[in-house]
Amino acid sequence: MSTVLRLERITKSFGSVTANDHVTLELKEGEILALLGENGAGKTTLMNILFGHYAADEGTVKVFGKSLPSGRPRAAIRAGVGMVHQHFTLAGNLSVLDNVMLGSEPLFRVRSRRAEGRARLLALSERFGLSVDPDARVSGLSVGERQRVEILKALYRDARILILDEPTAVLARPEALRLFDTLQSMTRQGLSIIFISHKLNEVMAAANRIAVLRGGRKVAERTNAETSPEELAELMVGSRVTRPKREAHAIGAPRLVAEDVTVHLDSKPSLKGVSFTAHAGEILGIIGVSGNGQVALGSLLSGVAAPETGRLTLEGREIGGLGPRALVAEGVGRIPEDRHAEGIVGELPVWENGVLERLATPRFSSHGFVRRGAARSHAAGLIKRFDVRGATPEMRIRLLSGGNIQKLILGRVLAVAPKVIIANQPTRGLDEGAIAAVHAELLRAREAGAATILISEDLEEAVGLSDRLQAIVGGRLSQPVAAGEADSRRLGLMMAGVWEEPGNAD
Amino acid sequence: MIESLDLLFSASLWAAVLRIATPLIFGVLGALLCERAGVLNLGIEGIMTMGAMIGWLSVFLGADLWTGLLVAAAAGALIGLLHALLTVPLGLSQHVSGLGITLFAAALAYYLYRLIVTVGESPPTIEPFRPLDIPILSDVPFLGPVLFAQAAPTYLALISVAVIAYVLARTPLGLAIRMTGENPHTVESQGLDPTLIRIGCVMAGSALMALGGAFLTTAAFNSFFPEMVQGRGWICIALVVFSSWRPGKALLGALLFAFLDAYQLRLQAVVEGVPYQLFLMAPYLLSIVALILVARRARVPEALMTPYRRGER
Repeated sequence: MSTVLRLERITKSFGSVTANDHVTLELKEGEILALLGENGAGKTTLMNILFGHYAADEGTVKVFGKSLPSGRPRAAIRAGVGMVHQHFTLAGNLSVLDNVMLGSEPLFRVRSRRAEGRARLLALSERFGLSVDPDARVSGLSVGERQRVEILKALYRDARILILDEPTAVLARPEALRLFDTLQSMTRQGLSIIFISHKLNEVMAAANRIAVLRGGRKVAERTNAETSPEELAELMVGSRVTRPKREAHAIGAPRLVAEDVTVHLDSKPSLKGVSFTAHAGEILGIIGVSGNGQVALGSLLSGVAAPETGRLTLEGREIGGLGPRALVAEGVGRIPEDRHAEGIVGELPVWENGVLERLATPRFSSHGFVRRGAARSHAAGLIKRFDVRGATPEMRIRLLSGGNIQKLILGRVLAVAPKVIIANQPTRGLDEGAIAAVHAELLRAREAGAATILISEDLEEAVGLSDRLQAIVGGRLSQPVAAGEADSRRLGLMMAGVWEEPGNAD
Repeated sequence: MIESLDLLFSASLWAAVLRIATPLIFGVLGALLCERAGVLNLGIEGIMTMGAMIGWLSVFLGADLWTGLLVAAAAGALIGLLHALLTVPLGLSQHVSGLGITLFAAALAYYLYRLIVTVGESPPTIEPFRPLDIPILSDVPFLGPVLFAQAAPTYLALISVAVIAYVLARTPLGLAIRMTGENPHTVESQGLDPTLIRIGCVMAGSALMALGGAFLTTAAFNSFFPEMVQGRGWICIALVVFSSWRPGKALLGALLFAFLDAYQLRLQAVVEGVPYQLFLMAPYLLSIVALILVARRARVPEALMTPYRRGER
């Protein structure tokens, strides 16, 4: 097999951060190479350099033996490189054909050859088994279909080397399997493929060769046959940060109770008669594949959505539909799912974000004026106590990393010793160090007697932290199971919607 | 009452509609082109004023009428370049830059005018475009005066509609422009430069706006005065929304507004006992109503007013 692509000692820094540090990588014809690494390991940067989105500080890119000028996507496309971005670069208002044909013709041609373009697109979609409707508007397509359009776009430009950035991040499992079948068939037709991933099992299943990046460096390269998921995990993380363990302790009285609650979001029933009880000093884990009602549950518990029917009580008092501010006053602490959109205001300084939820309390305002001194020292306290790295009270919070933003949100919640904590995907997108810190804080709050509802897609996290688990499937909640009795088979069944209904429970 | 209906069948009304519509057609096309590439150009009012002034000035200083239009368009493109540089590579607020451009260009136009014409002097006139006189066609009853006896730039405006519509819908360049307004990152990842495309569109759009202004001084009237654009630019900005960013509908919108304007002018003379200010208001009120009815379904270019910065999402 001949080498089709060679990255030679690529180095790229953003400010003081070195994203790629002398990375050398080779791709052979007809091969699938996986680029494995944690968030922030430099995978995407490396591929963006290859494709010409960024210019490398040092190093060369050679495609089919010829070097590419740096920082020019056009040159990369001409040389036969196609890239499928993680966040698709499609225009929703335009048709599939428009999206595919863009840039494929000389700009100043008097008439676009759409008929030929359509025929060519259909031929390609036939040949690679990627069915699309050329005239469909992209905004109406599913994520899987959009990905197909992105791949076809690259093929339409005669890509011989295809780069896919986290192609399965947005796909459901069957779609992901189908994608890998497609990729296999492409390599049989002579294409060479690099895909980026941080999922061990799919890397093991789909790649011929695996390159592991960590902290911007290539730390290892293995063929599929000579490695194992365990070895890859260790290579990827380096010395593994250990997540804290939950220790047995006495559970208190019922605190947050939902009885047969139904919630409508966008006038669609999103929670259908759910019941749960969270006790003081307990973490109740809600597991399940995303899109099964987690958003509605989060909205209900944070006061954004009101129950249509049923009761939601905190220590016996009805709190359903009270609204966010009243809920905070009642002692509900909220860690929202989308920390950037709902948790913080990025352009405001850290100290303002630190008191956002409780601006109206006497501690932080008097006679309609913000008590800036109190708020600033509060923020300084949070930064210190929760180890928010790189933060000062005055800096815009947007400039912090995701993990440190999350620590600040967590601190904001925990500083007032809440009765109930709603933690919605609290560690999504964080690296191991930050995850361990968040877990430790949640467990400390549990020790202190808070009732925590942990909504998480990360099964390992949910099982590790929770005292009891319930699965959410299609807007319904399963019966709870104690964490000790939850083996992976049982949890798998629960998440697939197989459980005993209350009427015939054993 | 009968008289007001009779007005609808007079050739002079419909001839006036096309004449009044012409600067609006240029203006709305220009604004549409900018916005299709993702840049709101609120400089339009000032650019039209500048176009009006420069067009008039060139002819006043001895150029022929068509050269006057050309110079006006070039001046518009130049001011457009300023707006483009501020909003595209520098990524400043398009609203703020646009309003600044309007104030700047209008003031500059007046300043230049005052360098030539001193205060107190009555505005000097030029020999403007005359209505065409095409043998036979211009003499056809009704249709003749309406369609075949307009000033030449009116036909240029109508041709521009067709050209812009064709370019946007049928050429690779048009696709790239539309895509730049929808998602500039896509354009970049296909090896094209969205920054250049935006700058080019804002310049071309501004040139069209300036032509609209120049029409006022070289065809509709024969002299320049500083307030003569009279909010036509703002009307064009609204018409772009009304048109759902489509050139054909933009033409329709411009004609509709021009009709309301021409009709109210004639109604003032016929209907008695109604303050004329109410008639003056009518086209604007009806425009707002039309906008409410139509604009809810309008499909805004997704990246309109979003600055494009390379390597950022």
